[in-house]
Amino acid sequence: MSAPPAPRPGLYYPKMPATWWLRRPAYLRFMLREVSSVFIAIFLAVLMVQVYRAGQGPEAYAAFLERLASPGWIAFHAVALGFALYHSVTWLKLTAVVQVVRLGEHQVPPRLVAAGAFAFWGILSLAILFAVLLRS
Amino acid sequence: MSTRKTSEPFWWGLFSVGGVVAAFLVPVHLFIHGLAVPLGWIAFPHARMLALVGQPLVKVYLFVLIALPLYHWAHRFRFVLEDLGLHALRAPIAVGCYGSAVAGTVGTLWVLLRL
Repeated sequence: MSAPPAPRPGLYYPKMPATWWLRRPAYLRFMLREVSSVFIAIFLAVLMVQVYRAGQGPEAYAAFLERLASPGWIAFHAVALGFALYHSVTWLKLTAVVQVVRLGEHQVPPRLVAAGAFAFWGILSLAILFAVLLRS
Repeated sequence: MSTRKTSEPFWWGLFSVGGVVAAFLVPVHLFIHGLAVPLGWIAFPHARMLALVGQPLVKVYLFVLIALPLYHWAHRFRFVLEDLGLHALRAPIAVGCYGSAVAGTVGTLWVLLRL
């Protein structure tokens, strides 16, 4: 994800076909990880509209929820959930590598840091889910 | 190596924070609001939604949840476009991506503050 410097004369830019990321599974996984952000952003925009519609009244809110129940939107959100989970998994794994945690003289093994991050993610998600379930 | 000062660290910081928010909070909210509520698995009536988003703390939470990952998207999408070979459009792509995130931030603030 390093940025090439601004195009200036004399700098070499490798000529790559636009489909370079189809060449290897690792490249494809990289591209899918980057593209996950698009699905997340669209979901957040939809959530923002949902809050806006709630402010417009019960009818507007109900109509919006009805639209979200259409097969197209359900399919989108199902795919988006897959991408969101992929982002979480890759991000937390990477965080454990980047973030060095020390206890006194010793470095906590990255695998343990990752395990802690995943545990925190799981507990937080369950807490949010139960908070919504219990009060509905 | 270029020694010019750029705004890159600033955007990268927002990218990083947005990535953390997206990793920890987005999947469960996507499941709730994108699937469970529309499909009727979880009831989320209008009165409850309105009561929730009327609370200042919930507004702050929603702002963090919605606005910060937009910068995460902006940074990644910018480099996706560049990696696809659009080096010549580097400046307009950067302005378009980060500008969209800023517009989304303003939009989110507007929606939340008028409730």
